[in-house]
Amino acid sequence: MDVMMLSRLQFAITSMFHFIFVPLTLGLSILVAYMETRYVRTGNKMYLRMTKFWGKLFLINFALGIVTGITLEFQFGMNWSEYSKYVGDIFGAPLAIEATAAFFLESTFIGLWIFGWNRISPKLHAISIWIVAFATNLSGLWILLANGWMQHPVGYVLRNGRAEMVDFMALVTNPYGLLKFGHQILAGYAVAAFFVMGIAAWHLLRQSNTEFFKASFKIAAVFGLVASIGLAVVGDFHASGVAEAQPAKFAAMESVWDTQKGADYNLLLVPNPSGETNSVQALAIPKFLSFLATKSFDGEVKGLKDIPANERPPVWPVFIGFRLMVVLGMVFALLAVIATVKAWRGRLPDSRKFLWIMVYALPLPYIANQLGWLVAEVGRQPWIVYGVLKTADAGSPAVSLSQVWTSLVAFTLVYGLLGAIDIYLLFKVARKGPDDDLTHIVKSATLQGA
Amino acid sequence: MNYQAIWFVLWSVLWAVYFTADGFDFGAGMLQRFVSRSEEDRRAVINTMGPVWDGNEVWLLTAGGATLAAFPIVYASMFSFLYSALLLLLFALIFRGVSFEFRGQRESRSWRNGWDWALQVGSFLPALLFGVAFGNIFEGLNFDAAGWHGSLLGLLNPYGLLTGVLFVLLFLEHGALWLRVKTSGGVAERSAAIAGGVWYALLAMAVIFLVYTNFATHLYDNYRNQPLWAIVPLIAVVALLGVKFFARAGRYFASFISSCLTIMTVVFTGVIGLFPNMIPSSIDTASNLTIYNSSSSDYTLRIMTVVAVVFVPIVIAYQLWVYFIFRKEMGGDEVYGQEDALKTKTKVA
Repeated sequence: MDVMMLSRLQFAITSMFHFIFVPLTLGLSILVAYMETRYVRTGNKMYLRMTKFWGKLFLINFALGIVTGITLEFQFGMNWSEYSKYVGDIFGAPLAIEATAAFFLESTFIGLWIFGWNRISPKLHAISIWIVAFATNLSGLWILLANGWMQHPVGYVLRNGRAEMVDFMALVTNPYGLLKFGHQILAGYAVAAFFVMGIAAWHLLRQSNTEFFKASFKIAAVFGLVASIGLAVVGDFHASGVAEAQPAKFAAMESVWDTQKGADYNLLLVPNPSGETNSVQALAIPKFLSFLATKSFDGEVKGLKDIPANERPPVWPVFIGFRLMVVLGMVFALLAVIATVKAWRGRLPDSRKFLWIMVYALPLPYIANQLGWLVAEVGRQPWIVYGVLKTADAGSPAVSLSQVWTSLVAFTLVYGLLGAIDIYLLFKVARKGPDDDLTHIVKSATLQGA
Repeated sequence: MNYQAIWFVLWSVLWAVYFTADGFDFGAGMLQRFVSRSEEDRRAVINTMGPVWDGNEVWLLTAGGATLAAFPIVYASMFSFLYSALLLLLFALIFRGVSFEFRGQRESRSWRNGWDWALQVGSFLPALLFGVAFGNIFEGLNFDAAGWHGSLLGLLNPYGLLTGVLFVLLFLEHGALWLRVKTSGGVAERSAAIAGGVWYALLAMAVIFLVYTNFATHLYDNYRNQPLWAIVPLIAVVALLGVKFFARAGRYFASFISSCLTIMTVVFTGVIGLFPNMIPSSIDTASNLTIYNSSSSDYTLRIMTVVAVVFVPIVIAYQLWVYFIFRKEMGGDEVYGQEDALKTKTKVA
């Protein structure tokens, strides 16, 4: 393998690892903020215990999300110096703004929240976790506007041998970035909802802290329902956006080879990339693919054959990743509906089978998040900035093969170790459940304490 | 003043604030095991940093992001030339960051001891590496139009290492003063003693650095041409003397503020000497990366100036507010419900 391939692999590993932790942060911050607000409003100690218990899980998860984020920023310079030179003029802006306008807020107020229990009023304490939740989501907006620009570059001209920004507002209102943002935060909310429901279900099965976990489950179920329905709607618009902005990616997602109008959607499809066709194609829904892509049943869907072979993404991973993500999205919506109904009727503790399903459903939104990014990033290949710069031209000439081998191996080992520790701690805390003795809880809630 | 120059100033300010803020975290992290005699002491040291270290580290991300946005060519060159050093830096920062969050999660002694080691090494390495990196930038990096010709070992040249040691001592002094201000009892006493001793080493190293800089770099050319700028290194020297002066008088908070000023003016002393270069070449001055040949377009710099002028003061305001909220000393059991116990603790004057 050469420097380019290893750098790509390293970026994939480090960003996918980072993204194990980020989606939960996006959603769980809001749930914890809601729980604390309920506590401040009602004075009900159960909500304080909820804030502490879910907040502790939030923080264990948060730690790795934070420290692995720096790696991604640094890599643009370390492994992708030609990329940084070529697009830094426009791509750097959203990254710098993210740090200045969002990440500072998040990092400063999380410190206040962790250590501020007895130094600021309960109301201000609840506000500080809301600020964290807001800033986390705002952070996501700027990062996705940056990624949105790589997917669908706008507001720039090619000048002085690089892409220079000429229209900041175009960057900020890039529909591709905004749809990605909507899709991503909802996907994060789904992760958080199923995370809380999964852990709550496990405790309900063991009949420990039943009232506590019934209430937690109910909050998460409603949140999950809103998220998964929103996901389906935004996801559909996002797919149309992809078809318009990146026809090659859309064609790979659906394994479309011939450009056609009124294209059918095949429920059963087996691509055959070497033969530039599909080996199996069955259970067609007439004209539905055209509808998905263009919102018109007679709209034209571009096929891969009309895209030069050296500008096509690999079909298999993009196709499988997309199908699987869509199926998972439907499963989330179904489970969220059932969960909400059961939680609302107070039937949860009796529905043992369903509770077991929810325990095992916990990792599914994580998988869907990773698949979504696989489709987004692999589907954009061979471009690093769609239509502007190829990945192959974006690496660092100053970096040697041995350097990237070393860093790749080191990242894999270190991240593997830290990931294992983090997951072990999450399991440990999640299994133990909330503390009953309030003075002890509040003591151990400060991570550094107790 | 043109936008390139404005951004050069902002760029220096971001680094100066970063080193001032995270500098005491590095110092306190390096010292944690040395100033502690018990588990409670160790927790007290960590609790002084707990509420603020994360916000401090964001200044690094902002300095990085701003370099990419305002000087993309500098960003691309600096990060890819210094690849291996930055890799070490990343791992150190990662282990330091998780040590804060992980250590308290298990009662086990070896577990906590392990994370204390991670904190110590994870604080020492960045302090050293940032110094080595800036020392090498002051000297000029080994590159020309054809690209990079240096190596990781080449970065560990005498001047680079000297600057590394200078940074380590600056942050040790800074962290010791921070701990003296933010803790009480034995930790505060031992920190004060360390601050007292390290200061002499720091002074000696600062003198060697200032002399060596004349031979190893071109930083003094700007000062020879514009002697007025010498006020900045002069303030650095005065501030460094102030650190000792206030500590002697028992005014440790003033001493700490003086240390903040020292770190900031040391950074400014270096970058004023660099101007208008950002990364000089040690082998071909025609290849120097300057603020003029490495910057983004004026349009981008204008947008980023607006962003910086609006947000940086806001950030500084709410960060100072958080520092103000946590102005009291932190104890080893600084947690909810322990306030009364804390109040009865005697403060060592």
